[in-house]
Order: sequence, then C-alpha cells, then structure tokens
Amino acid sequence: MELQKFIENFAAQFDETDASEFAAGTEFKTLSEWTSLMALSVIAMVDDEYEVAVKGNDIKTATTIEDLFEIVKSRM
Amino acid sequence: MAFLQVNNVKISGLSACVPKTIDENANFPMFDDDGYKNFVAATGIERKRISSKEVTTSDLCISAAEKLIVDLGWAKEEIALCVFVTQTPDYVLPATSPLIQHKLGLSKECYTLDVSLGCSGWVYGLSVVASLFSQLPENERKTAKALLLAGDTISKICAKTDKSTYPLFGDAGTATAIEFSENSGPMLFNMNSDGSGYQTIIVNDGGFRNEVSKKSFDKITRGEGIVSNNLQLILEGMDVFAFGIKRAPESVNRLLEKFNLGKETVDYFVFHQANLFMNEQIRKKLKLEKEKTPYSLKNFGNTSSATIPLTIVTELQNDFSGKRKIVACGFGVGLSWGSVYFEADKNLTVSDLVEI
Repeated sequence: MELQKFIENFAAQFDETDASEFAAGTEFKTLSEWTSLMALSVIAMVDDEYEVAVKGNDIKTATTIEDLFEIVKSRM
Repeated sequence: MAFLQVNNVKISGLSACVPKTIDENANFPMFDDDGYKNFVAATGIERKRISSKEVTTSDLCISAAEKLIVDLGWAKEEIALCVFVTQTPDYVLPATSPLIQHKLGLSKECYTLDVSLGCSGWVYGLSVVASLFSQLPENERKTAKALLLAGDTISKICAKTDKSTYPLFGDAGTATAIEFSENSGPMLFNMNSDGSGYQTIIVNDGGFRNEVSKKSFDKITRGEGIVSNNLQLILEGMDVFAFGIKRAPESVNRLLEKFNLGKETVDYFVFHQANLFMNEQIRKKLKLEKEKTPYSLKNFGNTSSATIPLTIVTELQNDFSGKRKIVACGFGVGLSWGSVYFEADKNLTVSDLVEI
C-alpha cells in the first residue's frame, strides 16, 4: 500500500477541511472537523479499502496520518 | 463457524411490548442543540422507551406473549418450550424462565431455559428453540408450540451522565411463536463467537469475577461526556463499530453462500438495530436496497435482543400478504454474532405493538 493514496483516502472523509491540509505529518485529531463520527468514517474507509480492522485504541495511539498508515500496513 | 439447518419448523407469529414512557433525546441534558442534531444524524435515534423501576424485562415479554397467544388462538397447555433471552433478568438467581412459566400459566411440563445474550440473542435463541423443537417426539411435534421471549431493559444500567450509552438504548420485550410446519423451507443459521472482545460491551462488577463492593459505586470518568460506575454499561463505540461492519456482512454472506441462497430472492434483511451509521455501513457493504432493510431506530433506539422482532412488528406488520423470505442478523455483546434465514408464511401473525 502507498502512503499518498492512504492520505487521499483519509482526506476524502472530510467535507470542510481542504485536501491541501492533509499530509503524512498531519496531526489529524487537532483538525477542527475531527469528531468521534469522523473516527468511525476513517475506520469504515480502512475496512473498505484495505480490509483491515482499526480499533479505538489505534486511533488513540496514532498522532499523525502516517502513524495510522503504519498501523494499517502492519496488519495487511 | 457453526452452521445449522432445522427442518419442519416455522415462525407463526411475533409480538413486542414497550414501556409507555417515551424518553426524548432532544431533552437529554448532555446535548446542546448541535449535540442533539449530530447525535441523531449519526445514530438515527430520536427517542426511546424506558421502563419504570417496577417493570422488568420479563414483565414486558410476558405482556408481549399474552397478546401473541390470544392473536394466534393458542392454548397455553400446548406450549412445550419457553426460552427467555436477556441480560437483564429478574434475579441473579433463580433463572427467570421458570418464573415466566408460572406467571404466564404454562404447563409444569414446559421446558424452560434462560439464555444470557444481547444483540445476537434473538438469532441465538431462535436456533435453540428451533433445534429443541425438532427433537420433540414426532407424535407431539405436530401440535406442540414453543415460545422465544427476548428483550432487555438496558436503560436501567446506563448512567445518565454517559452520552455514549444512555441516549442509545431503549427497553423492549418480544415474543416469537414457533410451530411445526410441513411446507416451510428450513431455518438456516450461521453462528459465531469471539470472547477476546468481551470488554467491548461490558458491565464490570456485580457478577462473580468482580463482586459488588463499595468501590463499584465510585463514579469514573472514562472519556469526555462519559461518567459511570462499574455497575453500569461500558460501550467501546469505535471497537463495536469496527467489529459490526466486518462481522455482520461476513456472517450474512457466509449464510447465503453455504446454503446457496440468492441475495435477490430475499425479501427483507432485518438487522440488529445498533445505530444508523453502523447499520448503513453494513447495508452498503452488502449492497442491499433501502426498502429491504427496515429500521426502527428512530423511535425505539437499540433495544438489545429485542431489535429484530421489534423491527418486524413496528416496520413490517402489514407486509405479510404473501410468503416472505427473511434474513435476520444479530451482532454485538460477547462478542457474539449470527444470521438466520427463514420463510414466513402468508398472513404471518404480527400483533399490534403492546404498551404497558
């Protein structure tokens, strides 16, 4: 799997935040649009696109998009 | 991966009973205007029914059963089996099902059993009742009747200071009637368990692993807007979600594949009503039409093991003008999940909703 594609998939969950704001180092939980529902959208996206189950603790542990990417990658 | 096939049994009727008291989520003190709007957009739950201190799950189920027995014209002495599915029994012990036998006025020769399951409970309970029923002596089976009672009063174990549980759960009790059938297709099941996820939905104290102590009553802050004690329900929402969107579609697909059932030949897919966001994700993954997947979330919320029969009663009551093929799928606490395929005869008895 590719990091850039993962960032695009991640960004696609957001309506208001501009796509240019998303990068590997983005601390996604600090984004104003980040909510618990957004977390569920991300979990669903990862399930759809990568067939990997991300748990609540993974979201808690990850700070940047790349952190989450590494978690998903390690389970593929 | 347990698969079961039970022949010559059918569901002949369904009923449900809810408390009269309506609890509007718009009035939930932890929501501001936006909080309520966002909650409804995500969960689909606008209101739910909550029981008073005096009313237990068995009371709701008994009222549902009384109505169904009358509507079907059954004689109570014909009821040979009664299985009660709940996680909110009357007592720690004795089991509640013998008490139900007594209160309902069933025969003392009735086989009764409690099953401790929640979201998957109706499907599991149906597998138990149908399987037992098929073991009755042949000369008795053709006239015998069986009851599956399933419900919960989860509102009693949700902290009002926990926005991750209190607004989600409603109370309900249901009754499902099972009888012999010469012609109905078989009941087909796919049943699963994964106890590694036991902490995903849990009440920590009050059993015998963690007995009740003074500390059980301490208020614990578990997250933003989540304050509860250890005798109250904890729900790890994200983990439940990840579990549900994976396991529910997988179970339905395996059931359909194993028994060569065409998805398009199924009239209704009735899912456990967890919340709208999760249920819609499951529906989209399975590529099911909206018309085939009814929801009762808006007015009743998540009623644990009652959701599947309650949804049939409130959303499909007038849709049994012909034979219907139904897949039902329950998933959650345990973790435990399963799916069933059954055929409902034309004019299946679906009682009017009972309110007490």
